[in-house]
Amino acid sequence: MVGTDIIIHDKKDNVGVVVIEKITPNQDCSCWIMENDDSTKIQSKNEIPLGHKIAMEDLKEGDSIIKYGHDIGKVVKAIKKGEHVHVHNVKTKKW
Amino acid sequence: MEIPKSFLGYKRENGRAGTRNHVIILPVDDISNACAEAVANNIKGTIALPHSYGRLQFGADLELHFRTMIGTGKNPNVAAVIVIGIEPKWTKRIVDAIAKTGKPVEGFSIEGVGDIDTIAKVSKKAQEFSMWASEKQREECPMSDLWISVKCGESDTTSGLASNPTVGNLMEKLEPFGVHLCFGETSELTGAETVCAKRGKTPEAQEKFMKTWNEYNDFILKEATNDLSESQPTAGNIAGGLTTIEEKAFGNFQKIGNLKFIDVLEPAEEPNKGKGLYFMDTSSAAAECVTLQAAGGFNIHLFPTGQGNIIGNPIEPVIKLTANPLTAKTMSEHIDVDVSKILSRQMNLDQAGDELIKATIKVANGRLTCAEALGHKEFVMTKLYRSA
Repeated sequence: MVGTDIIIHDKKDNVGVVVIEKITPNQDCSCWIMENDDSTKIQSKNEIPLGHKIAMEDLKEGDSIIKYGHDIGKVVKAIKKGEHVHVHNVKTKKW
Repeated sequence: MEIPKSFLGYKRENGRAGTRNHVIILPVDDISNACAEAVANNIKGTIALPHSYGRLQFGADLELHFRTMIGTGKNPNVAAVIVIGIEPKWTKRIVDAIAKTGKPVEGFSIEGVGDIDTIAKVSKKAQEFSMWASEKQREECPMSDLWISVKCGESDTTSGLASNPTVGNLMEKLEPFGVHLCFGETSELTGAETVCAKRGKTPEAQEKFMKTWNEYNDFILKEATNDLSESQPTAGNIAGGLTTIEEKAFGNFQKIGNLKFIDVLEPAEEPNKGKGLYFMDTSSAAAECVTLQAAGGFNIHLFPTGQGNIIGNPIEPVIKLTANPLTAKTMSEHIDVDVSKILSRQMNLDQAGDELIKATIKVANGRLTCAEALGHKEFVMTKLYRSA
């Protein structure tokens, strides 16, 4: 219960959101999946601040980022499990 | 929690109820601002609503200007209205439309008189209105007299995780009481547009939503010079962890909970299909959006923020909530409801929704919002295109 580092909206999501001030490299993080009240673990590769996303699996260029169970953009640079996911490796499919 | 059945509001002549009791001095156009502000400075208990437009507008843009002016005057949070314009004709059009509510309204024009004599004349009327309005008492009003609009700003991922779903939870709990509800932000549903369209209660509402979204999106694509980076999402959104407009849109969309919308409103249009949720076609800029929703008749506003948007509105109280613990700490004077404990799982959504309902009723009863106490009264007209 207490001690959640990362929240994942939907079990289909391939990213989670950091909900503590920051996570540091090689930190073992507890993740809570809101949709089904399940939990999982992941080890971080980068420092990731509050509110930013972490990859829950390896992602290659052209893959879709899934959050809220929906497509929120495309991977433009390969991302390893545990890495920071943001504007440097993901772009919108819209504009 | 048992939800209260009533709040204390100001009953108006047309059957609506206000959460506030403002006497407004409304300039028709930019050049009448000085006069309106002078009057509001003279007469206590009045408020001027200066803005930047109202000259040489035409077509749909002019109609929107009138709709915003008239709707602002008609809003039940307004007890009485003074309209000041440079010319009498447009002034009269606004006065006549507001008068249909039955509330006191009077118009003045400056041309041929000058500012100083106009200010003297208007001040006398404003004094009369202000003293008349000061006698009004709050009375018990059913919850269905609440018309609640919502809009989020300076969002980050905590908005989609917690503060927007808190608003959604409130909507789900208050809809059965016959409350009117309104969400907007057409461009900020980009990426979630087809999912949002499916929330239309009827095929007509669904089609109307897609048509509205497509028109707005075509306009953005036509005018865009780049990928809109730093505009949508904003630099603040990106700093808060939001990466794409799609991610922002799905977060935004959490504000309506599991509700369906009845109809799609034009900007500043008053809903006329009864209680329930409406979508209004608005910009996603905070002050523009809230100004349009207030002009549509909404009398209390819920505003979730992530990184800390500080907006207020002159007539519609804006209640701010955040789930971002840093924002709750560093910008506490702007935050009415702190739901950051959702992130540490010390509070669940049901509890957060209850807290927000309690705060909403307190503010409806008269408690000042942070934005009101700090003097935020952003009144911003939406302009559709250049004037003639």
